Amino acid sequence: MNLKELRKLIDLVLEKGITEFEIEEKGVKVKIKKGHDSPPPPTPLAVASSRGKDLSSTETAQPSMEKAATMEEDGVSLVRSPMVGTFYQAPEPNAPPFVKEGDRVEVGQVLCVIEAMKLMNEIESVEGGKIVKVFVEDGQPVQFGDELFTIRVGS
Amino acid sequence: MFKKILIANRGEIALRVLSACKELGIRTVAVYSDVDRDSLHVRFADEEVCIGPARSIDSYLNIPNIISAAEITGADAIHPGYGFLAESSYLAEVCEACHIKFIGPSPRAIRLMGDKSLARRTMEKAGVPVLPGSNGVMGDAEQALHVAKSIGYPVILKASAGGGGRGMRIVENEAELSKAFRAARHEAESAFGVSDVYLEKYLKSPRHIEIQVLADSKGNVVHLGERECSIQRRHQKLLEESPSPVVSDRLRKKMGRMAVAGARAVDYVNAGTVEFLLDEKEKFYFMEMNTRIQVEHPVTEMVTGVDLLKEQIRIADGESLGYSQKEVSFNGASIECRINAEDPDTFTPSPGTIHAFELPGGPGVRVDTAAHSECKVLPYYDSMIAKLVVHDRDRKAAIARMRRALGLTIVEGVKTTVPLHQKILADQDFQEGRYNTRFLERFAAKDNTAVT
Repeated sequence: MNLKELRKLIDLVLEKGITEFEIEEKGVKVKIKKGHDSPPPPTPLAVASSRGKDLSSTETAQPSMEKAATMEEDGVSLVRSPMVGTFYQAPEPNAPPFVKEGDRVEVGQVLCVIEAMKLMNEIESVEGGKIVKVFVEDGQPVQFGDELFTIRVGS
Repeated sequence: MFKKILIANRGEIALRVLSACKELGIRTVAVYSDVDRDSLHVRFADEEVCIGPARSIDSYLNIPNIISAAEITGADAIHPGYGFLAESSYLAEVCEACHIKFIGPSPRAIRLMGDKSLARRTMEKAGVPVLPGSNGVMGDAEQALHVAKSIGYPVILKASAGGGGRGMRIVENEAELSKAFRAARHEAESAFGVSDVYLEKYLKSPRHIEIQVLADSKGNVVHLGERECSIQRRHQKLLEESPSPVVSDRLRKKMGRMAVAGARAVDYVNAGTVEFLLDEKEKFYFMEMNTRIQVEHPVTEMVTGVDLLKEQIRIADGESLGYSQKEVSFNGASIECRINAEDPDTFTPSPGTIHAFELPGGPGVRVDTAAHSECKVLPYYDSMIAKLVVHDRDRKAAIARMRRALGLTIVEGVKTTVPLHQKILADQDFQEGRYNTRFLERFAAKDNTAVT
């Protein structure tokens, strides 16, 4: 396995949100483990200590935001736009919105659609909880990193 | 004319495009990664769109986000600058499909010139001299041995998908060839995803001379003379000048004619550069064509008075050149020094924060930069922080002017290539125009003996 294949593999593991991955090929064993040695915290409370950290000026080589990235503060998760495009709150004009403030959402539930290059990209929730705030209006253009929703996790 | 142009780049070239747009009365859209939020190209643009995180693959190379940015801002054209997506035939195609004008040549021309083996064959057919070598990609080591024997060693194996000095392997004799062939194929496969390799005669100490061409959509093609780019290390240009100290009027006309013929052969439209290798006997050979604006374009602008960026925009908008080859004139001499944030001896990048940044002005001095005091040189991107360009009546005066300008340059906080440029300009061989692509190699060797 060369460096390029390895890099691809790491990207894939990151992209799919897998925390640990192991492969053995022609006697070469590769183990990819995300993050620290300790298991990921079960509740978002543990990450609340990163509060106030400015993500935009991060100097590490890691991508600072993943797909539909969330930033948690006191159990409130912020959903940012993972792409540039046009925000739609409903699957089609005049249809009821996917979610509105006060709604309960589950992991994997579609929150909105962002149209980019004529493609409708469904943005799924990575948290279960209650929609606290919707920041954008239907049909509004959004940039990478724009705030879309806040979700109170769990409740 | 275009109403709004999206600039799909960062750094000094984004500012250069922005300047051309401002002078033409065109509104600008800057795109940026989230670590570039405070960059000058973002500050000076009329609108700005964040297109992703720091890694270029997720931002400056992210075609869907760039196209969406053009769509949500209503930009009618995209200028790709150099690097990043400048030679992406895919971006050019997507632009076509989305009715956004790509400021550059057609996807077909980009593709033809991007495949180095195909480009070589296309040029040969158009009557442009190419180095003796294989007619297309090599099937196996057997074939490579056969071709190498007929043209004589040394030879160079090149990746078809390579370019800009990447994916090449020099072979001195028959014994090394089979092994080198396999290694080159493997390298090409892992670096570019395509293992195709072709073979050419290797010139030991050529000069790198390139010809700037401009072609409009009406079939008018002119050349704007040459740039001498032999001062390079590891195929990275460091100092460029126009005219070349060794190109006579006669040779310039001849090379210019060939560059124009090459551009015509692929129905080229917009600004492009045909790179040649020149040997001691004034014989020149096609190397590759770059289908974009180049870093070193200012030296051509200085001696011809033509604003290449404005020409690119005018041409993309469908305007005619409006002048013929006869009307292109050359005046004086120009030199460009690339100021990179890197160690001048080891060439390792030196990212960090620039604490003091003072670049000189005065007669005949031009600075293209997006750096400023207290700005960060980020490790994610190119290390070039400024281009220092001078113009004067002749080469001797231009050298004196550049030495003066470098002496008045202050960059603190990061290491730069300024001291190396000063050494090059003080070198007698350089001053007398006696150099080739190996010049810096010899120079570095000199340095090492002095240091160790």
